[in-house]
Amino acid sequence: MALTERIAAPLPATAAPSSRPSWRWALGLVVPVALALGWEAAVALGWVNGRLLPPPSRVLATLWGLALSGELIVHVLATLWRVALGFVFGVVAGTVLGALTGYAPLARAMLDPMVQALRSIPSIAWVPLFILWFGIFETSKVTLIATGVFFPIYLALSDAILSVDRKLVEVGRIHRLSGPELVWRILLPAALPSYVTALRAGLGLGWMFVVAAEFMGASEGLGYLLVDGQMTGAAPVIMASILCFAVLGKVTDRLLGALATPFLRWQDGFGTRR
Amino acid sequence: MLSVQDLSKRYPTGTLALTGMDLTVEAGEILAIVGGSGCGKSTLLRLVAGLETPTTGSVVLDGTPVRAPRAEIGLVFQEPRLLPWLTVRQNVGFGLRELPEAERRRRVDEVLARVGLADFADAWPRDLSGGMAQRVALARALVARPRVLLLDEPFSALDALTRYDLQDHLLQLWEYDRPTMVLVTHDIEEALVLADRIIVLQPRPGRIQAAFAPGLSRPRDRTDPALEAWKRRLLGELDLSFKSRRTGEEQFPAAAI
Ligand SMILES: Nc1ncnc2c1ncn2[C@@H]1O[C@H](COP(=O)(O)OP(=O)(O)O)[C@@H](O)[C@H]1O
Ligand SMILES: [Mg+2]
Repeated sequence: MALTERIAAPLPATAAPSSRPSWRWALGLVVPVALALGWEAAVALGWVNGRLLPPPSRVLATLWGLALSGELIVHVLATLWRVALGFVFGVVAGTVLGALTGYAPLARAMLDPMVQALRSIPSIAWVPLFILWFGIFETSKVTLIATGVFFPIYLALSDAILSVDRKLVEVGRIHRLSGPELVWRILLPAALPSYVTALRAGLGLGWMFVVAAEFMGASEGLGYLLVDGQMTGAAPVIMASILCFAVLGKVTDRLLGALATPFLRWQDGFGTRR
Repeated sequence: MLSVQDLSKRYPTGTLALTGMDLTVEAGEILAIVGGSGCGKSTLLRLVAGLETPTTGSVVLDGTPVRAPRAEIGLVFQEPRLLPWLTVRQNVGFGLRELPEAERRRRVDEVLARVGLADFADAWPRDLSGGMAQRVALARALVARPRVLLLDEPFSALDALTRYDLQDHLLQLWEYDRPTMVLVTHDIEEALVLADRIIVLQPRPGRIQAAFAPGLSRPRDRTDPALEAWKRRLLGELDLSFKSRRTGEEQFPAAAI
């Protein structure tokens, strides 16, 4: 009697978690909003110098002004375009070479030592050479960004393929997969979680390198806005630009994550299952 | 007919895993291979499957030598080895890439129904129990309608009840289109319940110690006294195989096959 009741009792836990995240995201806002308000108050009360440390209201006003004049969108698009191009080239090169060196021992023996050596060069050190080769315009900028994006993707994919479970590779062999089929149907899917992490790291580096690229001479772009702000001593412009980088970096990272999620639904790790 | 002639395998590490193996399996026959761990059972299956190349000798299926994996030869490993990024249906259909989509789906769903997992076609491997996952692995091997099905201790990781269930189930599947089966196991009862013929291997290097054809009628009952008697006899044989491993010498000549 008691036993059947217990078995027949409905499971209470299943519905609860879905109602949770509705307010949870707001928790992440508490600290930054408090800091911004405190900062605003500190400037208003004259505790800190508002010229070098402009309060959030001034930064937002500057941003608004830039947006109204149509300048902001030009800079944002210029920077986005460079990051996008550099990212795509870096990803393609990193993926092809990473898959090749991960799969083929001969390719690994021939290419990996060289790539590892190149990796130990700080990427910014390439700037003078790239300018010499490609001029100071778009090509050298995109090349620099692609260089930054390339390495984490190459490394992660190559390693992830090397460490794919031999037992799964055997499943491919027993089904008579050809080399490219093995790469496409077993090695790449198995490496996908590490690959996605690497893509996000690569995108982060892309945003880092676009600043360096735009520092080396640009007439538009958020990096240009930074330099311009420094030249004219306009701290609010610098901070507005930084704010744009933060928002764009976060949004593009989230976008990449969201694009990858459907391909990673099968994962069974801590935190990947709701 | 599957035949193995003078088959031996020495791994690059120097281990002689298998030596001078001769055996023949008739079409539709169920052969069990028993022996302690390390006596080359997996090596034998991998050679027959074409996953390893023999050091000497050959494997011949219906007149043609097996040198690489073939569609007519299916292999089920000890672990299910499902691809975690594919659903159950996609896993089962993994090897059917030449077939048109509709035909593939029909074949996959038909096999899934036969292994009793029609309702789990869209599940992810992570959501399956051990027994269910091994059924999917079985379905993946069966969907290609192999003439030879090799099974490497397929149920040894499962609990006893699930194991009994899957043994009975395997027989039902076998009766459907009667593939030749070679079943590696270290469970004597499993061998007696399933097989027509049983070969006992002895280790270091792996070779045939004895072969038996118990001649039990089907369907078999695990508590049948005749089966129990065979069990005692085979246990004695295995004990011998362990003794010869300990002393490193052959105490009795291997029985004729
Ligand atoms: N890939 C391999 N490389 C080297 N030695 C191996 C390899 N696979 C198996 N062996 C050795 O061959 C012998 C037989 O192994 P195996 O066929 O796996 O035996 P069983 O399946 O009966 O346990 C063992 O001594 C094992 O260590
Ligand atoms: Mg084994």
